[in-house]
Amino acid sequence: MKLFKPQNNVLPGFGPTLGFTLFYLSLIVLIPLSALIFRTAGLTWGEFISTVTAPRVMASYRVTFGSAIIAALINVVFGVLVAWVLVRYRFFGRRIVDALVDLPFALPTAVTGITLATIYSSNGWVGRFLEPLGIKIAFTPLGIILAMTFIGLPFVVRTVQPVIEEIEVELEEAATCLGANRWQTLQLVIFPMLLPSILTGFALSFARGVGEYGSIIFIAGNMPMISEITPLMIITKLEQFDYQGATAIACVMLLSSFLILLVVNLLQRWSRRYAE
Amino acid sequence: MSAPLTTAVRQKNHAPTEPQVVRWLLIGIALIFLTLFLALPLAAVFSQAFEKGFSVYLAALREPDTMSSIKLTLITAAVCVPLNLFFGVTAAWAIAKFSFPGKNLLITLIDLPFSVSPVISGLIYVLIFGLQGWIGPWLQAHDIRIVFAVPGIILATIFVTFPFVARELIPLMEAQGKEEEEAALVLGATGLQTFFRVTLPNVKWGIIYGVILCNARAMGEFGAVSVVSGHIRGMTNTVPLHVEILYNEYNYTAAFAVASLLAFLALITLMVKSIAEWKVRQQLNNT
Amino acid sequence: MGIEIENISKHFGDFSALGNVSLTVPSGELVALLGPSGCGKTTLLRIIAGLETADSGRILFNGEDTTRSHVRERKVGFVFQHYALFRHMTVFDNVAFGLTVRPKSTRPSREEIRKKVTELLHLVQLENMANRYPSQLSGGQRQRIALARALAVEPQVLLLDEPFGALDAQVRAELRRWLRKLHDEIHVTSVFVTHDQEEALEVADRIVVMNRGKVEQVGTPDQVYEHPASPFVLNFLGNVNLFHGRISQGQAHLGGLQVDSKGYAGADDTPAVGYVRSHDIEIERDRQDDSSIKAVVRTILKLGPFVRISLAIEGNSEFIEAELTRDTYKHLNLQQGEQVYVRPRRVRVFVEDFQI
Repeated sequence: MKLFKPQNNVLPGFGPTLGFTLFYLSLIVLIPLSALIFRTAGLTWGEFISTVTAPRVMASYRVTFGSAIIAALINVVFGVLVAWVLVRYRFFGRRIVDALVDLPFALPTAVTGITLATIYSSNGWVGRFLEPLGIKIAFTPLGIILAMTFIGLPFVVRTVQPVIEEIEVELEEAATCLGANRWQTLQLVIFPMLLPSILTGFALSFARGVGEYGSIIFIAGNMPMISEITPLMIITKLEQFDYQGATAIACVMLLSSFLILLVVNLLQRWSRRYAE
Repeated sequence: MSAPLTTAVRQKNHAPTEPQVVRWLLIGIALIFLTLFLALPLAAVFSQAFEKGFSVYLAALREPDTMSSIKLTLITAAVCVPLNLFFGVTAAWAIAKFSFPGKNLLITLIDLPFSVSPVISGLIYVLIFGLQGWIGPWLQAHDIRIVFAVPGIILATIFVTFPFVARELIPLMEAQGKEEEEAALVLGATGLQTFFRVTLPNVKWGIIYGVILCNARAMGEFGAVSVVSGHIRGMTNTVPLHVEILYNEYNYTAAFAVASLLAFLALITLMVKSIAEWKVRQQLNNT
Repeated sequence: MGIEIENISKHFGDFSALGNVSLTVPSGELVALLGPSGCGKTTLLRIIAGLETADSGRILFNGEDTTRSHVRERKVGFVFQHYALFRHMTVFDNVAFGLTVRPKSTRPSREEIRKKVTELLHLVQLENMANRYPSQLSGGQRQRIALARALAVEPQVLLLDEPFGALDAQVRAELRRWLRKLHDEIHVTSVFVTHDQEEALEVADRIVVMNRGKVEQVGTPDQVYEHPASPFVLNFLGNVNLFHGRISQGQAHLGGLQVDSKGYAGADDTPAVGYVRSHDIEIERDRQDDSSIKAVVRTILKLGPFVRISLAIEGNSEFIEAELTRDTYKHLNLQQGEQVYVRPRRVRVFVEDFQI
């Protein structure tokens, strides 16, 4: 406890509040998560490797991570565009659009899943126009990308938006005065300032896509080796009472989320490197 | 004072920007994208729900299994939100108003549930309380059910909504500093008086923001709850799980009718969230 | 009520913020803690208030040891640099706060509180602002409300942390005159922190000059200005010119200057520095006697009521600066590049190891 002694502060309540914080955090998050690690430790190395590298599981990684990368890339393009338009331009309905960006965040994933599956199916609102073009989205791997893009969009917009808001107009004015044209200003002044937040947004959107379950299973078709995502593999194993297998795969996913979390933290540190 | 005037002048002379055509083009692309991508699905939920008329819609909601799923969802939120609210406020007080080693690590750990897949959030409780879990056998011997029952649903929901209030309050309370609290103490206020009369009113909108998001997720969580729920109709089905069952039974109208409740909740959430965001900004600007 | 500060020390990590500071604040006086930023003055003020705890030493209020008592029990009024007004409360509620948080047994009635707050708002001349919120007030008004709020609890001691630091120059000048007047009316023992020498000289009964966690000098404004105890004090209160040289047998030889310095009678061929305030330098066209030295006018800066002239002196690598009144300047009719004679009116000599 001595380690946590705050230096010279007259505000009361540090001990109890920090104590409760640590207690509740351990009870709800840390102990249950460590259960996962301990359970995995019960497997031998060979069992673990053969479980997490089984062909069907490997295919699910490819589907999950591949789709998540593509979805995050789409989100970077449109997310930055939306953020820029929302901050810099004034148009009718801007506030409503701004609020709507968080819809994927607020809409329960099951609702997202059944809705996307419905409007992108061959007789749905959008699907019926794509069908004649030979594009099938629902019940194909494309559907996975679509769902991941939907749920990941707010992460890019909401990470980049505040950074655009904070760019001082003076900087652009200075660049213009120094003879840069608009494109040069965007490329040489604005873009480098946005880059860390764009990368952070990409990573967050990617992480969300990798972990997503609810919205995807309705639209993916869930065909083994083709459109089966890793979280679904865990559920499948659980339903077969293969707890060890479920745990091993979950452990791989948990490690990958920690890795992404680490990257995000490093990116945020990097983005503050010019801060005073 | 002169501040609004200067911004007005600056916006007028906002010299470097894109040509009008480019601006319209970009606004156009963004709006078309958002309409197709966000507004359309939202409209589709309500359209599908009312496809067969209002009476069918109401009948779908009145169905006993639906009513019991709504009840369970309300109970879950009623337990999770206050607990996580209490935790969020406590953690924010310790973290924002004091400095101690390991603070950044603690913040990262609090955020952890956000970066864990919902499926894993459910799985960990199965690993502890399930039949093959750590204390599963003991629980069975004493006839206590946690997973595939209501307590499991509540636990998993607490896990996935864990960070909402805390992560909203910590930066807000840090930004507000501790001078006002010090002022209150110097003026003779006790610790609790300081908290309730000075700190709390200042973070009111931040709390509302965190609570509304926490509530939305608690009522809408699917993945984690799906793992720990036994999918027993009328017993351990929350509203999102019930939507899934109806949908998988090809009862689309009923599925969308129930889904429309959740979509409605999402719209209210977005509205309150926008207002709270605006108020928080205002409060910070008044510093 | 008097305050005694006994051997207070305070460290932040490796940094020594206060090193064994002792000080007495006589009852009813208005005392300024003056020094550059980081000299420990704010830390000392917060220790007196009980907002920080000292590593060692004691604080006595009226001879009573308060070192162990909580900030709540010390009955001090504290005015924060950035006001720290409660932004969700009206001006009235802000001022009333200290009274309304008292336990029921000692809390005044609503009517008494109303009367007291109205009185205080009258005192700070903001009666008609009672229902406004802090964000609707100007900086100067906020600071006056902060003061009224601090006075509401009838503190034994009033502590002000850079009270005018965040205000613009004109409001600042106005407020400090007002503070002085207010203090003459209510006579509560007050300590305020400032880095602005002018402010300290104008407002305080007594100035405590601090540097690097130590007290350099304590005295009335006249004492510290006229008889600075160290080169630091001299330097901090006004612009000074430096003349380097040596001292032997009670006589300092500084460039072309000879100065009697009886204080260092024992020193023999010791490096020494002569300090001359800018307005203590006279400029002459013709040499009167050997106490003036030859110089060349380099630049002339007209700064409102006075004119600042920098001059180059042989053997002195730094330029020296003289401040003349406009009249004197006009009378002399100086031109850039002209050769003149400067005569320091008043030289204070310190041997080198006193260096800043």
